[in-house]
Amino acid sequence: MIGRLCWKNLKGRPGRTAAMLLLAGFLSFSIFGGSLMIQSLQKGLGGLRARLGADVIVVPSSARSQFNIDDILMQGSPGYFYMSADIEGKIAAREGVERVSSQVYLASVTASCCSASVQLIGFDPETDFTIQPWAEETYGGALGDGELLAGSDVSVPVSGVMTFFGVDCHVAAKLSKTGSTLDSAVYANRATLQALIAASEERGLNRYEVDPDRVISTVLVKVAEGYDIEAVKNDINIHVRKVTAARASNMISGIAENLEGISRLIGLFVAVIWALCLVIMMIAFTLLMQERKKEFAVLRVMGAARGRLAGLVTAEAVLLCLLGGCAGIALAALAVFPFSRAIEGALGLPFVAPGGGRALLLALLSLAACAAVGALISGLSAARISRLDTSLILREGNG
Amino acid sequence: MKLTAEKITKEYPRLRAGSNYFTAVQPVDFALEAGRVTEITGRSGSGKSTLLNMLAGLLTPTAGRVLLDDTDLYALPDGQLSRLRNRHIGVVPQGQTALQSLTVLENVLLPAQLYGDGKAALPRARHLLEQMGIASLADVRPKELSGGELRRMAIARALINGPAVLLADEPTGDLDDENTAAVLGLLRDTARQGAAVLLVTHEAEAARYADEIWHMEAGAPTRWE
Repeated sequence: MIGRLCWKNLKGRPGRTAAMLLLAGFLSFSIFGGSLMIQSLQKGLGGLRARLGADVIVVPSSARSQFNIDDILMQGSPGYFYMSADIEGKIAAREGVERVSSQVYLASVTASCCSASVQLIGFDPETDFTIQPWAEETYGGALGDGELLAGSDVSVPVSGVMTFFGVDCHVAAKLSKTGSTLDSAVYANRATLQALIAASEERGLNRYEVDPDRVISTVLVKVAEGYDIEAVKNDINIHVRKVTAARASNMISGIAENLEGISRLIGLFVAVIWALCLVIMMIAFTLLMQERKKEFAVLRVMGAARGRLAGLVTAEAVLLCLLGGCAGIALAALAVFPFSRAIEGALGLPFVAPGGGRALLLALLSLAACAAVGALISGLSAARISRLDTSLILREGNG
Repeated sequence: MKLTAEKITKEYPRLRAGSNYFTAVQPVDFALEAGRVTEITGRSGSGKSTLLNMLAGLLTPTAGRVLLDDTDLYALPDGQLSRLRNRHIGVVPQGQTALQSLTVLENVLLPAQLYGDGKAALPRARHLLEQMGIASLADVRPKELSGGELRRMAIARALINGPAVLLADEPTGDLDDENTAAVLGLLRDTARQGAAVLLVTHEAEAARYADEIWHMEAGAPTRWE
């Protein structure tokens, strides 16, 4: 009876119901949308950290003065620089270094010889510990010569062909999204990159004159357990000539700080919306109870116990909050999921929307929070109803 | 069933100097018996509705007891008292008391649905609407009904669970002569079918339908006939 009566009450007063649904919708929109944004940013940063996978990154000292290394390493901006391949061995020999892997960079150009202007990154499958774990999420095989792994934002399908400096390469797989501009880079094994460097030199499109077999761009260092990363970085800077070593975490600290700032701002925004909606809902419910007190008095006359009335009020409030909550969650999902790239662009931060299971969990938690608000407010209203003097209310307005 | 009031009284505290309490109903012994219509008359504010509300289990007396057979209403917890009222005491409150979000039929069925699904009460609800002359209005909303029709709907609602006691507070207020006669006739019929009926009214015409008449003056009920 309670369920049917509260449903009829809601249907019977469409204006009142719509206003309450709107408020509940605001609540769930803000909490679900806000949580989704924060989680997406955190996942983006987490993905970026995982992709980096190294404790220390070593680049040629000369590159520091010529390029914004952080942009190239962290943001995937096209650029390249080289140092001797011997350096990899020298770094590997330092105390505290557990493993090293070198990468070679090349930037393609916007010209007829190239499909697109992207950052090309060559890695050594034998030693690599950053690209392959990432690739394994979507590609199980070993990358052959002339094959590429394309970042998720590179608009070429799997099995498609990309041409760089006149050399055709096949896209073997697309990598899972990190939410950063690393998603717009292209990855190949060392041999493929060496072939592309040679091709770029042949066409006079490379600013360096190098032996492709003898150069590397970066060395990624994994520090052995028990060693201080800072100490190992300093040791490399002191003992290996013509290189600059930097802690990987420092490179993403700026991103992390921005993310923290934005997360705080979103959290504050959600809190303000919640506070406002709670106050408005409390006022709305109080007015509603005042308006409906004769209805409750009539139900008491019919034999409804105070507990039943409280149940009716609670059921109505929770039903309203659940319905409005679902609408708010649906709207928030529509605002975040299809526009995650636009949000990423606008914020300038890695942004990866959570997967279906996680998003569903967030939606359920948001809905539960919304229903809890309904239960809390209706609980206060029910307490007021239990104090109503039925006989007095029935006589009010009847002369 | 018999509803008995033993020395019930109602006092309200007030802050006016010289008097700490206002006595709305002075101590009275009172009984409503099956098959009889009891009428209480009196001016507005004389305490008629207060007495009715105490008899209905809606207003706790300051002193005295209200018994339905041997059950002391105010000794019961709210849940049990509410259920007992739902099952055995029908109340027709003052004024318009229809729930606007329900149809006429749903309003009438509501007391039967408070503690059950009310399906068994559907034929009785239709019969009562027929008896009240508003069967054709079963599926309309209360806002489409006239004052007399609403009052008849309230009586049907009070009778849906076949109560042993029917308490009607000004059931003919604002009604024209024709509707007044119809409503009073329905209450008389209800008593004839075995219920104890209390009729609180200003209506002089009501005396013709009553077996017993009480008059209230300043909270003091006096038996007339």
